Amino acid sequence: MIKFISSSVGKKYLMGLSGLVWAGFIFVHMLGNMTILISPDLYNAYGHAIVSNKPLLFATEAALLGALFVHVICAVLLTKGNQEARKSRYAATPNGAKAPAFASQWMAVHGSIILIFIISHLLTFKYGNYYETTVNGVNMRDLARLIYENFQLPQVVGWYVISLILLGFHLTHGVRSIFQSFGLLHPAYQPVIQKLGVVYAVVVAGGFISQPIFVFFAKSLGS
Amino acid sequence: MSENKINLTLKVWRQKGQKDDGQFKEYHANDISTDASFLEMLDAVNEELISKGDDPIAFDHDCREGICGSCGFMIDGNAHGPQKSTTVCQLHMRHFKNGDSVTLEPWRASSFPVIKDLMVDRTAFDRIIRSGGYISVNTGNAQDGNALPIPKQDADEAFNAATCIGCGACVASCKNASAALFTSAKISHLGLLPQGQVEKDKRALRMVEQMDAEGFGACTSTGTCSASCPKDISLINIAKMNKDFLKASLTKKPEAHAGDGV
Repeated sequence: MIKFISSSVGKKYLMGLSGLVWAGFIFVHMLGNMTILISPDLYNAYGHAIVSNKPLLFATEAALLGALFVHVICAVLLTKGNQEARKSRYAATPNGAKAPAFASQWMAVHGSIILIFIISHLLTFKYGNYYETTVNGVNMRDLARLIYENFQLPQVVGWYVISLILLGFHLTHGVRSIFQSFGLLHPAYQPVIQKLGVVYAVVVAGGFISQPIFVFFAKSLGS
Repeated sequence: MSENKINLTLKVWRQKGQKDDGQFKEYHANDISTDASFLEMLDAVNEELISKGDDPIAFDHDCREGICGSCGFMIDGNAHGPQKSTTVCQLHMRHFKNGDSVTLEPWRASSFPVIKDLMVDRTAFDRIIRSGGYISVNTGNAQDGNALPIPKQDADEAFNAATCIGCGACVASCKNASAALFTSAKISHLGLLPQGQVEKDKRALRMVEQMDAEGFGACTSTGTCSASCPKDISLINIAKMNKDFLKASLTKKPEAHAGDGV
């Protein structure tokens, strides 16, 4: 098993598996957050329901943290090995039929920015100001207020939109590559898999981006 | 077909030996027939260099029919030149325009050290083959060709993988200098056929291990390898290699010893 993990192929399986955990999570996260488009109260109630289920919350957080750790460690090790394998660069870069796909070239770069985004995102919201509100007689955290406060600022909205577009690029390559790394590529499904990566990325990134944009133009709470 | 003549400016990587620093040098290829192959164009340039007493440009070549895998270098950053599904010996000068400036570089990968100019040392591939790219057969009379039934699809797929000529374009064009396409083609080629089943697990484990030991990078599935492959080897082989490697890793049996059953 140690041999498997230390091999380049084994690390690719770990990258794919940990990436899959996050790709699945962000889809659910995006869908859940759509409640902010409906009403702040519904959003707060949704958030309260999640934090009330302590065992599930803890298990999910542990799985995500573990997967992130594996993903980042493998990425660092693989990138280091890859750079050692190709120390000198070519003077000319190819274009046309033999040029590489754009997203695949910059995985480490947008991956690093996404990591910074995840940390700043948690600091802004999960560990941000604590407001309280009452929905249907239940006392709960008013996360919607914090969201409305932050997404009034153009620089915050801009940072979110840019990070989410990068996340989309990361996903187009990631989702497609999982099938290859896991050995699930098959001639019959290959064209579908190619498109699946793009569709998934557009749905997730587009869904997320709609939220800060909506809040920015919705001006103030309750409007 | 009327023969046209063109003039080219070549920027060629010149390097005396493995330990030396290389540099680009400019050469002029004049009156080159558009019917000539790229290597014939280099031959003409070399003739001129030799007649002037200069050192000719070193490049690997053998069959010049696109089947041996000896030739190959980067033309303007494209492995084997801009044309798809072609080795550089089968690339013809009609694909270039009069007055074009062309940059020639050797394969660049830490596992492929430059021997001289455009020649690189590809023995790392030989060591990968030696680690598991073989099957065991009984010696004696040749078997009847149809003695072993093989489904047509498997035979075709194995044959497609077997067309890999080991030129190294996949490694050269990959940003990670990964040898995944080459190694996986060899694993698929033998693993798809009944003759290759005995060593199937051992082959996947050993060849991947050797590929890593040679210092090749990991596969990021950019697809440049397959795009620049003169034989159009499919990325699906890499998926198959990964699957074989996982299965072999999970089901590896400990060595059996006499008396284990007691």
